[in-house]
Amino acid sequence: MKNLINIKIIDYGMGNIQSVKNAFELFDSKVEIISDPSNIKNADGIILPGVGAFSNAVKNLKERKLIEPLKEAVINKKVPLLGICLGMQLLADKSEERGNNEGLFFIPGEIRKIPHKEGLRLPHVGWNEVTIKKKDPLFKNIIDKGSFYFVHSYRFECDDEFVVATTDYGQKINAVVRKENIFGIQFHPERSQRKGLHMLANFISYIKDTKV
Amino acid sequence: MLKKRLIACFLIKNDLIVQSIRFNKYLPIGNPKFPLQFLNKWDVDEIILLDISAHKEKRKLNLKILENLSKSCFVPLTVGGGITSVEDVRQFIRNGADKVSINSSAISDPKLITKIADIFGSQCVVVSIDCKLDKDGIYRVYKDSGKISTNLIASEWAKEIENLGAGEIFLNSIDRDGSKIGYDVKLIKKVTNAVSIPVIACGGVGNFSHFAPGILDGKASAVAAGNIFHYIEHSTIIAKMNLLQSDIDIRMDSEATYKGRQFDKTGRLMMMSKEDLSKIEFTKGKQDLI
Repeated sequence: MKNLINIKIIDYGMGNIQSVKNAFELFDSKVEIISDPSNIKNADGIILPGVGAFSNAVKNLKERKLIEPLKEAVINKKVPLLGICLGMQLLADKSEERGNNEGLFFIPGEIRKIPHKEGLRLPHVGWNEVTIKKKDPLFKNIIDKGSFYFVHSYRFECDDEFVVATTDYGQKINAVVRKENIFGIQFHPERSQRKGLHMLANFISYIKDTKV
Repeated sequence: MLKKRLIACFLIKNDLIVQSIRFNKYLPIGNPKFPLQFLNKWDVDEIILLDISAHKEKRKLNLKILENLSKSCFVPLTVGGGITSVEDVRQFIRNGADKVSINSSAISDPKLITKIADIFGSQCVVVSIDCKLDKDGIYRVYKDSGKISTNLIASEWAKEIENLGAGEIFLNSIDRDGSKIGYDVKLIKKVTNAVSIPVIACGGVGNFSHFAPGILDGKASAVAAGNIFHYIEHSTIIAKMNLLQSDIDIRMDSEATYKGRQFDKTGRLMMMSKEDLSKIEFTKGKQDLI
């Protein structure tokens, strides 16, 4: 029997988890949606999806006692983690969305509202070109300036050292961030057609390559 | 920069996709699964799925159908039909929706917009508006599948739902629905001028040349249609090539692009000349880089 990669999608009550699960099920992996903290243990890769408001997300993660097991897996055991959209923003230290709220402190950075500019509508919704700034396993065999689907009003601000790719919406927006085994994607790879699915496949390859 | 979007709108009635004409006649097209799979392959940017009889029949869109459709959808899926509460939204999202569309409930319970936005974020709430040009020359909002006037003025209502927390507006013209004469650009302009959230234009597209004015003149962020996409091979790709030829920036990832091909006045693909056909030769493809 093949040794399938265990992908655990964290359900904290507010993500488009089904869409994410559908996408991962296309690949060689065993995908499970979990909300019970004890289930994080045997994960080979963790997905933190998310659609919604930052403060609610943090509150839900706390209520479900998911934060400590996440830290244990991701920081201590170095299990690869992929945060998508709000899930990516949760990786930061704090967010100014609806008052100041602390995040997971996984990648140093802050979440701030995209500054309003004349002629640019918010939220930033639609397909936008992504410029690759750094060679990364997530972008293996994916062309530079490909289009991916974004939908958000806040952005992840951090040091360039963590930035893998950016997009331009009248101003620079970080599209992909990474610190060691922790990845964050601002757009929705699960809904970005072939290129997006390819990125998710790349994430699985990364897990396989780094798995001891 | 951010690209404009081409959106396919699927209207569902009795679990089948239907073609709608002026909100009162409906022709069945068939199982939603097949067009959804085709359009996904043909570079559509987004899909909006609306159960148009759900509200009237006081029920919700069939969640089993949503779950199945979502499995073969790899572009954003907005779903509407009978949403009256935050719990309904949660269920839709759990079953594979990325965004929800509300219409009648937004009118009867405007606070619902804010409630949904507070939990799921503004980007998740698409408020759908059905408008009609009244005899006094004012665009007003109609409810219950366009049957009852609400006395709300389109641009004012748009402004209000933006303030309540809506992330996008799905703007439909009742007069143009199924008319095949093109968008009501005046209506689109009135609404895009009133708000700073993205507006999706819908209603009236009869041929592929009808999309561009919605963006160029109406200033919509996205153009949508339903009926036109069902009958022609590569429909969304051809629609996109028409938009590209009007200098509109739109995503084109498909291998078949119809680049350099001629389109007639109605945006239909023209035959290649014998000379050009003779020049076509087979070349070996490069390694697949996505």
